[in-house]
Amino acid sequence: MQGNEAIAMGAVAAGCRFYAGYPITPSTEVAEVLSRELPRVGGKFIQMEDEIASMAAIIGGRVGGLKSMTATSGPGFSLMQENLGYAAIAEIPCVVVDVQRLGPSTGQPTAASQGDVMQARWGTHGDHPIIALAPVSVRQSFDLTVKAFDLSERFRTPVLLMTDEIIGHMREPVELPDFKTIQVFEHIVTESPATYKAFRNTPDGVPALVPFGKGYRYHITGLLHDEFGFSTQRLDEIDPWLERVNSKLEQHMDEIALYEEDYQDGAKVGLLSYGCSARTARHAMKMARARGQKVDMLTLFTLWPFPEKQVEALGERVDRIVVPEMNLGQLACEVERMVGRKKVRRVGLANGEMVTPRMVLEAMEA
Amino acid sequence: MSEQQHILDAATLSADEALIPRSNWFEQSETLQKLRKNKKFPTIWCSGCGIGVVMGALIRAIDHLGLKNDDVALVAGIGCTARMPIYMDFNTLHTTHGRALAFATGLKIARPDMKVIAIMGDGDALAIGGNHFIHAARRNLGITALVVNNSIYGMTGGQYSPTTPIGGKATTAPYGNVEPPFPICDLAAAAGATYVARSTVYHALELDKLLAEAIAKDGFSLVEAVSYCHTTYGRLNKLGTAADMMRALKDNSLSKTAFDALTPEQKAENTRIVRGNFVNIERPQYTNTYASLITRVQGGEK
Repeated sequence: MQGNEAIAMGAVAAGCRFYAGYPITPSTEVAEVLSRELPRVGGKFIQMEDEIASMAAIIGGRVGGLKSMTATSGPGFSLMQENLGYAAIAEIPCVVVDVQRLGPSTGQPTAASQGDVMQARWGTHGDHPIIALAPVSVRQSFDLTVKAFDLSERFRTPVLLMTDEIIGHMREPVELPDFKTIQVFEHIVTESPATYKAFRNTPDGVPALVPFGKGYRYHITGLLHDEFGFSTQRLDEIDPWLERVNSKLEQHMDEIALYEEDYQDGAKVGLLSYGCSARTARHAMKMARARGQKVDMLTLFTLWPFPEKQVEALGERVDRIVVPEMNLGQLACEVERMVGRKKVRRVGLANGEMVTPRMVLEAMEA
Repeated sequence: MSEQQHILDAATLSADEALIPRSNWFEQSETLQKLRKNKKFPTIWCSGCGIGVVMGALIRAIDHLGLKNDDVALVAGIGCTARMPIYMDFNTLHTTHGRALAFATGLKIARPDMKVIAIMGDGDALAIGGNHFIHAARRNLGITALVVNNSIYGMTGGQYSPTTPIGGKATTAPYGNVEPPFPICDLAAAAGATYVARSTVYHALELDKLLAEAIAKDGFSLVEAVSYCHTTYGRLNKLGTAADMMRALKDNSLSKTAFDALTPEQKAENTRIVRGNFVNIERPQYTNTYASLITRVQGGEK
């Protein structure tokens, strides 16, 4: 099975029942599989007129009560930024898959890249919360898609699955779990329509969401709003909202931060990577260990919010952190912010070629 | 004469034709029940604006159809017109500029049983949202598109829009607009809308009736409500007060019946706004077609 197919099946397993998208290489298999699979489970698929509309449609679908997803690649991801911001401010759960290809602009549609990492965090305007995950294998493409739906419902936020052309088109033998065993967070509303506030400033930061047409008539807007959803310019209403929305992920990082630590006591050098480049890093780690060198390796599956605690901890263990990635240092910058520039060695490529284990080994020694 | 009576008498429909009886409709109908009862009033619109007239017509149309508040969703984009849903007690979604129909598409697909009404201005629907507009009509998704056409970007201060007349002055057309306008109804009809109608904010009760027909329609329906912006367009083009511009809609429009009676030469020379229902046809509605697709697939079709 291919990575992109695993994403589509993960969506079905997670209860996604609406997909709206626009064809773009190298993400198209996600749409193709879901156009076939969704009607089989009573779900709905639509090919929209562009990526702006696709993003808008999945938000509308979720407002109507269906778990919703879209998939795209760099140019389409750029177009989705407008309504990604809307989903963030209106706190509408949705999953956006970005099968990254080489950019900027049309770039190279069939070449892999990890160049959208910073766009994932800051692509839409204004301060906003966002979750981004990155799978390293076909099986994990399935698992993280399920997780993406779970997190997006749990925290009422868009979740980005930042995969890449290599993982997306790679084929690996996988055994998928029984879909019946898969559970995703469901909103339970205890309030009556009379007392319901769709944007209530709850202590845990995540008010329950009721779909339209269930007797809870309320307003949703992309304007700064009060707890009812009505636009407001009053600071006593805006400030508590800002505080809640921009801290709702940070206060739950133990649930959100997904990573794998493969540490050897006494290691002086650590590797930190994600997505397809983590496979390179893992290979380099094995080569180094085979010749007796002790190496730490931290693989990040959650890119945003940045798992600061784990990266800081790695920084305290080793003298040097090598960060291979298929861009010119987008996530390495964030690692430098945590552990200081002197400790970090960037190994970046933005020409469509994968970083090689040799490049990583050289950076470990240089 | 009461103010309400005066407004009603200003319309051209006879008492029999109007959806709402002329006497005491405020008290007798449930119309007021469709307005929100919390802090959102007064509206943001300038006094004398025509958008409020359209809101009244929309409420009366929904009321006339006997729809429950819960069963109606209003989806709007950005602009003066797009603020309309906030004042009404339905499921209301105020989205991004131009995207109302794209959001509405997802909502309608998720909830085919709900009446989904997309409320847009001319810039919202036809400039930034032009692509979504033609594709929603092409799909024949069961949405009612209500476009309030005031020929200008009002909220941003009077820039020319895709429906500003040639020669009309705007803050971004100080020497007069050089672009030809979009004929909204023709565009919708050509793109595949199954119901297309136009009236003006002067003809409020006619709007009630056309909107009720549009909302009752199963397929994609469009109602163009011709309005005006006395604050920007009217001032820049010396068109007088809101009342003057309202009167101009009365004087410079004619019914489709009257238009149809004109000679071909007269029709070709006509510059007045033609009011009425232009398209009312049947085509398979998207959510029905997709529902039968699901039935087919689940029935074992490969």
